Amino acid sequence: LASVAARERAPGPSRARRWLSGFRERETWTAYLFIVPWVVGFVLLTAGPMVWSLALSFTNYNLEVLAGFAERESVGTDNYSQLLDDQRIRTSLENTFIYTVMTVPGKMVFALALAMILVRIGHAAGLFRTVFYLPDITPPVAIGVLILTLFNGQVGVVNRALEFIGIPGPFWTTDPDWIKPALAIMSLWGVGGTMVIYLAALKAVPQHLYEAAAMDGAGPWRRFFTVTLPMISPALFFTFIVLTIAGLQTFTEAYTAFFGAGTAGAEQPEAALMYAIYIFRQAFEFFNMGYASAMAWLLFVIIMIVTAIQFIGSRRLVFYQGSQR
Amino acid sequence: MTAGAPPQAGPAGTGAAAPSIPQILRAPRRWPRPTGGWLRQAIFLAILVGLSALFIYPFVWLVSASLKPANEVFDNAIVPNTFSWPYDKQQTDPRGIFGLDLPFARWIFNSLWIGFLGAFLTMLSSALVAFSFAYFRFPLRNLLFALILATMMLPTMVTMIPTYLIWNEVGKWTMEGGALDFLPHIGTRTQYPLWVPNLFGSAFYIFLLRQFFLGIPRDLFEAARIDGDSYFSMFRRIALPLAKPALIVVFIFEVQAKWFDLMTPLIYLAGTDASLFTLPLGLKTVLDSFGLGGGGEAEWHIIVAGTVITVLPMILLFAIFQRYFVEGIATQGRKG
Repeated sequence: LASVAARERAPGPSRARRWLSGFRERETWTAYLFIVPWVVGFVLLTAGPMVWSLALSFTNYNLEVLAGFAERESVGTDNYSQLLDDQRIRTSLENTFIYTVMTVPGKMVFALALAMILVRIGHAAGLFRTVFYLPDITPPVAIGVLILTLFNGQVGVVNRALEFIGIPGPFWTTDPDWIKPALAIMSLWGVGGTMVIYLAALKAVPQHLYEAAAMDGAGPWRRFFTVTLPMISPALFFTFIVLTIAGLQTFTEAYTAFFGAGTAGAEQPEAALMYAIYIFRQAFEFFNMGYASAMAWLLFVIIMIVTAIQFIGSRRLVFYQGSQR
Repeated sequence: MTAGAPPQAGPAGTGAAAPSIPQILRAPRRWPRPTGGWLRQAIFLAILVGLSALFIYPFVWLVSASLKPANEVFDNAIVPNTFSWPYDKQQTDPRGIFGLDLPFARWIFNSLWIGFLGAFLTMLSSALVAFSFAYFRFPLRNLLFALILATMMLPTMVTMIPTYLIWNEVGKWTMEGGALDFLPHIGTRTQYPLWVPNLFGSAFYIFLLRQFFLGIPRDLFEAARIDGDSYFSMFRRIALPLAKPALIVVFIFEVQAKWFDLMTPLIYLAGTDASLFTLPLGLKTVLDSFGLGGGGEAEWHIIVAGTVITVLPMILLFAIFQRYFVEGIATQGRKG
């Protein structure tokens, strides 16, 4: 108490000085010692590479430079203007957007429907949750194989099933119009993770809100739109952002199924060329690392813009308990 | 900077709206009572059973196709007409996936040790960093933590190429005649790039563990300090044991991430000695050489058997740690 009184009488040290005095504490240095692993990793694997990547994107760094046969030279913004001319950039961006737009809302709606049924059937829900979650722990490479086999146009089981109900199935894995739908349908199979998030959110909605709404005469749809949706909107928003970012970076399933060494001679369908796949091929198959770096930065900017739009657009739609909005 | 608040879960998330007393008493993991009449329950059950069949079918297809000879893989029969056991160990058996110069056993071993070592390292390093951010107050703390969260937003594509060049450079130093040639050969075309980054913690796990450490009563730590523990032994004796559930979540998430990862081994190991491959790269190689792109007849029974081998260990891991998988995702979400 004495010290408090003293501080009131004479103005204490300035904020800056108090802040600096923190460095004299033993605790501070212990804390810094504890975070050394992250700091080293941040410098070596994140910040350093980021700066380097930006620098690379203004150079001609390619296979010859990597092998030491040529000097690295600055090419100014050539890589970026080449982005505009490269027809494949447009194709791969289109593919990626189409895939993302097909999968994200689909996954969200499907996951929410499953979760809403599961919270209504009591104890059996645990078993079904496990079943629906299993595809989510299936490695993406395996999912790539499944796309090729289940969706095979001639002998695949999907088309056999469609035949059975009288619909001639398309050649999913070779017809450019049907490759992305096949990828999207297969990705719906991995809806389990999103569903588990919604389940947790739904279980946390206080029951008395529903009772109050019902007492006020709200029907099931009204209760869904005025109680359920607002109460789980943080979970919906979270998955919306995460699924979109993941969708824009999608790589493994499509790469496994349609690209790679074995298909080098064979046809590599442009319709499956996702943006991340194109970056990977430019960087590690053609070793145009300067150009690939410029591509990566374009992706980064696109992801930032999309995420920002999502944040701004959802601002009035997401309801956090305890806050005014 | 985080992608929205983590979804609310458990009693802690109910916040402003005061829950009624029975809800507090009820164990949080319980399922709500079934609602609606028996007809609605029956319809729900029918939908769920039907969808379950659809969700399980690809697994059934894989297992049964792997037990068929090459020409019957696509008959799509659930029970194979002709049984053929592809999981043989004999090197001479052309039907066995452990023969045919396919080191599947080796790939499984590689994936396992890289996954477990990487997960163990990232668990410890992330915990150390997370503990520091949760327990200590130090200058620049909030700025540094914001930086950690910001790195979660960064696409791997941006840092991938320079990171490769760094490993390439390190590879030159540790080669015979290089400046550091007393070290083992570390660099591209070795397995080091697959697990060494795990030494430095990972933003997502640091965030997850910090939240967990913040929930541990500070008195426990102060008591340890009064007992004369150093900060590190306090971390080791108090923080780590108490955080065991969260550590397990981090561990299995990272094992899963390693088991799923195709791109990293593709960058660093493709084109090298096949005995260095991890399972995803091995399976991709098998698909490339035995699939339609390999020339000649596609040997799908081998590819499918390899796929079963790739899928199964994750299901086993899930069976053992199901609670942690589900709770980890439900409370923390997961990176993309």
